Amino acid sequence: MEQPPGTPSSPSSTEPVFVVENLRVQYDTISGAAKAVDGVSFALRAGERLGLIGESGSGKTTMATALMRLTRAPARITSGRILLEGRDVLKMTDRELRAVRLRDIALVPQGAMSSLNPVMRLEDQVIDAIVAHSPRTSKADLDARVVELLGRVGLPPGVARKYPHELSGGMKQRAVMAIATSMQPKVIVADEPTSALDVVVQRQVMQTLGRLQSGLGAAVVLIGHDMGLIAQFADTVGVMYAGKLVEIGPVDEVIASPRHPYTRLLIDSLPSLSAKRSLSGIPGLPPPLVDLPPGCSFNPRCPFAFDRCRRETPLLQELGPLRRAACHLYPEHNALPPIPPQGVAEHREAGP
Amino acid sequence: MTALIELAGVTKVYGGGFGPSTVALQNLSFSISDSAPSTTAVAGESGSGKTTLARMILGFIRPTLGQVLYRGKDVSAMSGTERRQFRREVQPIFQDPFDVFNPFYRVDHVLTIPVRRFGLAHSDAEARRLIEDALRRVGLRPQDTLGRFPHELSGGQRQRIMVARAVLLRPKLIMADEPVSMVDASLRATILDELRTLNRELGISIVYITHDLTTAYQICDNIMVLYQGTVAEAGSVDRVIRDPRHPYTQLLVSSIPLTDRTHAWGGEELKIPEASAGRSSDGCKFAPRCPHVLDECWSKVPPKFQLEPDRLATCFLHRDRPILKSEDVAAVFKASDSAEIGSA
Repeated sequence: MEQPPGTPSSPSSTEPVFVVENLRVQYDTISGAAKAVDGVSFALRAGERLGLIGESGSGKTTMATALMRLTRAPARITSGRILLEGRDVLKMTDRELRAVRLRDIALVPQGAMSSLNPVMRLEDQVIDAIVAHSPRTSKADLDARVVELLGRVGLPPGVARKYPHELSGGMKQRAVMAIATSMQPKVIVADEPTSALDVVVQRQVMQTLGRLQSGLGAAVVLIGHDMGLIAQFADTVGVMYAGKLVEIGPVDEVIASPRHPYTRLLIDSLPSLSAKRSLSGIPGLPPPLVDLPPGCSFNPRCPFAFDRCRRETPLLQELGPLRRAACHLYPEHNALPPIPPQGVAEHREAGP
Repeated sequence: MTALIELAGVTKVYGGGFGPSTVALQNLSFSISDSAPSTTAVAGESGSGKTTLARMILGFIRPTLGQVLYRGKDVSAMSGTERRQFRREVQPIFQDPFDVFNPFYRVDHVLTIPVRRFGLAHSDAEARRLIEDALRRVGLRPQDTLGRFPHELSGGQRQRIMVARAVLLRPKLIMADEPVSMVDASLRATILDELRTLNRELGISIVYITHDLTTAYQICDNIMVLYQGTVAEAGSVDRVIRDPRHPYTQLLVSSIPLTDRTHAWGGEELKIPEASAGRSSDGCKFAPRCPHVLDECWSKVPPKFQLEPDRLATCFLHRDRPILKSEDVAAVFKASDSAEIGSA
């Protein structure tokens, strides 16, 4: 089985705080098992920022819930290990789990609007979280903590007495971040934390998250669909396709020279401000998870697909320090060949 | 020459009554030419009034003040025949590709209804041919698309059917309100490219409402940046997006998360308060967030200063420039470059 990336080089660094090994989550549906997370592995050291990027249906949110062990039926975690400072989250008792959530690992969920209780004042929601972990905190301490936590995310103390509907989207997302970081977690899982926000507010919220994370020295897993956002925030990017991690590596390197054809096409489909060019999407559609094509899941859309891709599922292989990709082009090639334009056009006609 | 659509000094106020009122658009004049097809992006954050503008162009809502004119006639006072022609020539594409379909009908329904309603075909065979042609034009295979139910298609495919529906009617204007914000990145580019192709090949004007400046830059020639119901900056995309001159546009452009990390946000946290915070201004709406705010910004509404022939900015930082003679924002816009038609 593949080694979790992150471990091989940087000998000076410390042990990883968060290791995910061969995680598998599936949904049991009438039409069969949908493997939404299919053998994903990665490792993060304290202070590291991993961005996981994928389109809808690639298993991103399933992954975020599984990392918190919040998976609910019809989804279930079928195998793997999630090691938080060496302890397997998947083997913990409910009591242990309650103790580590928020204190060691915290989730910043998608859509802050629906994660706050609409009929509770903000301060009570912040206090709720603290009291759950340290029940004997005095009222004065709690009030001081609320003000401190809100201040850390750039909210004025007056916000504490407000209800969620009195706040803007950006303020709500900050409030959720204040709660998520209230117990100074070592790992923060952020699932599209800015998907409903305007660009300026998105930038402010992400910068706040970055500052909190640096202050805590926490590891962050940022899950999203926006390559630009991940490039601005993360150090390492992992690309997910149909439940699998197909490429992982340092952000700058992956963007400059992606190894997996899907990563290349995804980057090429992003509009940029540098030059006007004909926009090209990726031909075809992501496969339904209950009915994956044999071999590499990307083969029907891949301009390089050859026989082996239709038979054999590629494993993540090491392609350089910290760089991995799951593609049969390697190790025969040392870089991704240029995308043949006519290949794409052909597929486009053929695509539904 | 009368414009296809003209907004003449429109203001839209929501609410009032018992609650506070919100000015969604304030004294906006803007026209879309009948003869020279153009592509115009309307960009802004939530609450900027961009969707109000879209709904007004489509005749769904009436302005509180001012008029919306279609070929010189007030949209709210048109005869039945005129209204039918208006409905045919101005086609919407909405944001949500899930909401526009009735789940009980096959997707064919949204295509056959307009053919019948507008009498586009004399026979079933001709109708079928028109529909298939429109589907092919947006890159869909008719045999894989017709006869399906909406839930059997992806969001991207459904949105392309809406583009095909618009094409079917050969409109003069497609009003696309955030057409790709709910579509995956890999399909987004394809749909936007199709819109631009329609402009170039069929001479259809496009108004593209969006919060995403990168796609606006890629598919449109002109852009109008709205801030709380007023125009902050407008002109050619090359000027406005590559070299923004209004502090709000500068803030927007610098906040775009680009994959190119040489244009990084930087570690400095943005100190500018969010739109809901700070004191209100009777003058420039952006004053409470503006890093360059001057005294007069709080009391006086900045006029449209014309910085170049193809750009205006409503900001007192540019008061040494002449004030735009026309009320119409489109005075700084250009028509689609006809030389490009066919070459793309």
